[in-house]
Amino acid sequence: MKIQSKKIAEYTAMLVIWLGLVLLFGMLSHNFLSARTFAALANRIPALVVIAAGMTLVLIIGGIDLSVGSVLGLCGSVLGVAMMDYHLSFWAGTMICLGIGLAAGALNGAISVGLGIPSFIVTLGMLEVARGLAYLTTHSQTKYIGSEVEGLSGPIHGLGVSPAFFISLLVIVAGQVALSRTVFGRYLIAIGSNESAVRLAGINPKPAKIAVFALLGFLSGLGGVFYTSRLGSSDPNAGMGLELSAIAAVVIGGTSLMGGRGSVVNTFFGVLIIATLEAGLAQVGATEPAKRVFTGGVIVAAVILDAWRRHLHPANRSSV
Amino acid sequence: MSAPLLQVAGLQKSYNAPVLVDFNFALRPGEVHALIGSNGAGKSTFARILCGLTADDGGEMRFCGQAYRPKSKREAERAGVVMVLQELNVIGALSIAENIFLNRLPRRGGWVRFTELREKAVQALARVGLNELDPAAPAGQLGVGHQQLVEIAGALARDCRLLILDEPTAALTDPEIERLFENIRRLQTEGVGIIYISHRIDEIRRVANRITVMRDGRHIATHDAGDVKLAQLIREMAGHDLPERRNSRGSAGGEVALSVRHLRAGGRVRDVSFQARRGEILGLTGLIGSGRTETLCAIFGAEARDGGEILVEGNAVVIRSPEDAVRAGIGLVPEDRKQDGLLLAQSIRVNTTLATLRQHAGKCGWLDGRAEAETAEKFSRQLQVHCASLEQAVGELSGGNQQKVVIARWLARDCRIMLFDEPTRGIDVAAKDTIYQLLRDLADAGKAVVVVSSELTELMLICDRVLVMSTGRITAEFLAGEWTQEKITRAAFSGHFEQREGAG
Repeated sequence: MKIQSKKIAEYTAMLVIWLGLVLLFGMLSHNFLSARTFAALANRIPALVVIAAGMTLVLIIGGIDLSVGSVLGLCGSVLGVAMMDYHLSFWAGTMICLGIGLAAGALNGAISVGLGIPSFIVTLGMLEVARGLAYLTTHSQTKYIGSEVEGLSGPIHGLGVSPAFFISLLVIVAGQVALSRTVFGRYLIAIGSNESAVRLAGINPKPAKIAVFALLGFLSGLGGVFYTSRLGSSDPNAGMGLELSAIAAVVIGGTSLMGGRGSVVNTFFGVLIIATLEAGLAQVGATEPAKRVFTGGVIVAAVILDAWRRHLHPANRSSV
Repeated sequence: MSAPLLQVAGLQKSYNAPVLVDFNFALRPGEVHALIGSNGAGKSTFARILCGLTADDGGEMRFCGQAYRPKSKREAERAGVVMVLQELNVIGALSIAENIFLNRLPRRGGWVRFTELREKAVQALARVGLNELDPAAPAGQLGVGHQQLVEIAGALARDCRLLILDEPTAALTDPEIERLFENIRRLQTEGVGIIYISHRIDEIRRVANRITVMRDGRHIATHDAGDVKLAQLIREMAGHDLPERRNSRGSAGGEVALSVRHLRAGGRVRDVSFQARRGEILGLTGLIGSGRTETLCAIFGAEARDGGEILVEGNAVVIRSPEDAVRAGIGLVPEDRKQDGLLLAQSIRVNTTLATLRQHAGKCGWLDGRAEAETAEKFSRQLQVHCASLEQAVGELSGGNQQKVVIARWLARDCRIMLFDEPTRGIDVAAKDTIYQLLRDLADAGKAVVVVSSELTELMLICDRVLVMSTGRITAEFLAGEWTQEKITRAAFSGHFEQREGAG
């Protein structure tokens, strides 16, 4: 199968880039190439992974969601309040979190798709609303929850990585399969390629578009649970600026901001690359501002490289 | 008789097919010279060459006694040739004065000199009789007629000696038209030559001094406007019938598949009723802007309908969106396949199965890639799509093969009623033949086929019946064999002249 082999070649390319980065930091710092580094990496990224997976689908339909970080913060805050003030169990709290995330995402989608308002503006509004609600629910206080939530992000004995990491891998696989093997995924790619053609093929694009935003909201809620569980406490400031990391990861993974083309698996590599960069730069002693300068440069370089590659091989625009 | 302002001899232009063939034309100072002809006669191409938007392929043009061959719109304007386009170019947010002088604002060191701008604008507006307008008002507040006059004022402010008006009255109300004509007369007395392109023969006979008829890129005849009969103009625009008629079979068709009753949509479709039968190819023609495309879009639910009903096989159907139309068994191959038909970056397979994804998927929405490939394979072979592989992006295919992919999508869906909007636009001759054959095959398979086309010869070649639209209404119906180019052309123009003249 020609398509399969092309996909595998893309995955391999991303893997090679990541491995190159790992080796580079391994040479620069003697402590970098250790099991501890990788375990820390794996346990830090689940929230970003699940959100970036959802963000991939949103970018594929030509939309964007800036509210993911705030929705994560809101959901984490609600989890804290539910468990500490209302003494709900972790699972009940999680269900509420996911419900709130789903609702926020569905609202984003319903307003932007239903009323034809650019998702950039709608989700910018949601960014403020959700963050404000996070402060209101927690009275701007960080709530310590403790061991009841930490299990999800603690390493599984003998494996070194957490259940959250496995769940995020599952989300990546499910997202990729949905994108490339289901009617829903095909609609997303078609909508991102030419929405007018989709409509004139007798398909109503709105339900799929709203569903994508709702899905990303749900995954932001899940990200909120992961984040809270990793800290052991709920923090209304959680996830600030996360939307930018998520979009960066998706773009590094080669998904087009214009829509119609993308891969969830490559987004996972995008997250790995960003997280490795941050961890590696910290290891070699870069300061926080220097890290930001460097990471920003890499994002732009990745996009330039991608545009250049597609310019050389226009056939690569095909993506299903 | 004064010396000509513009003299054109042997002008040539061709894209894929010749558009202007050995075209001759002359314009005197102070003359309004109308250009008429059916769609594709070459009027607009000629206008575009004159104002530097298109390069000619050969021939001689002399303007004010000097050789003239503008390389750009700017150069043409400097020489004094200005065109007011069919679509207005007024920028609503800027003031009237700024619109008139947009590319040559009086300035000093990057600062606009508003006093001077205002003075110049007042003068320019006075020339078109718009003394009452405030040049500082935003242009977007003006009605269409005034916007057009503002554009003309802008043209004149450039020391224009040749003004080209392309369908200037298309969007105007009657009083606005009167005002335009007053201005045209004023310009005539100033010695400005005017080329007036329009379908509206009654207007042309009022305003023009001479009328030149174009057909298939050639100069057919030039008449003094005063003494030419309408019938003669129509005969000249229509030309002679091709003797060959292939494929079509006259009164064909079984039971009625599609009935449209009193359809109204937007301003373009005013009252359209017709029936399409199984097994027939029904042509729908008319001038550009007569509402053909809009009629198809309204039937398909792609454009909002203001009234009327649609019946599929005798049952009234509610069509509010293309989704409803497809469910009712109607498919549309749109006019602009790149804009509205294809996912250019996606493969032939993905494009072919777009309207039938559910049939290629299991219960949970799980796609069956093999079934998809089989469908794409089957219809690509049937339609002779030339491609490297079914995974090739359709953006890399030729126009004809792209069109086949759009058609394959509907074949896969097996729609009972197929609407085609300009199915052979931009397609080479060989691919055209395949598509004609395909339309006939569809009809033979019991489908109702409706084809919109500007090319009369095409419709006369393939259709069993042709409907002619003019200004939003169906003005004539012809069975195969009953039609002539002249009859169809007359019907296409009939909305534009008064009926009592039509007898002439």
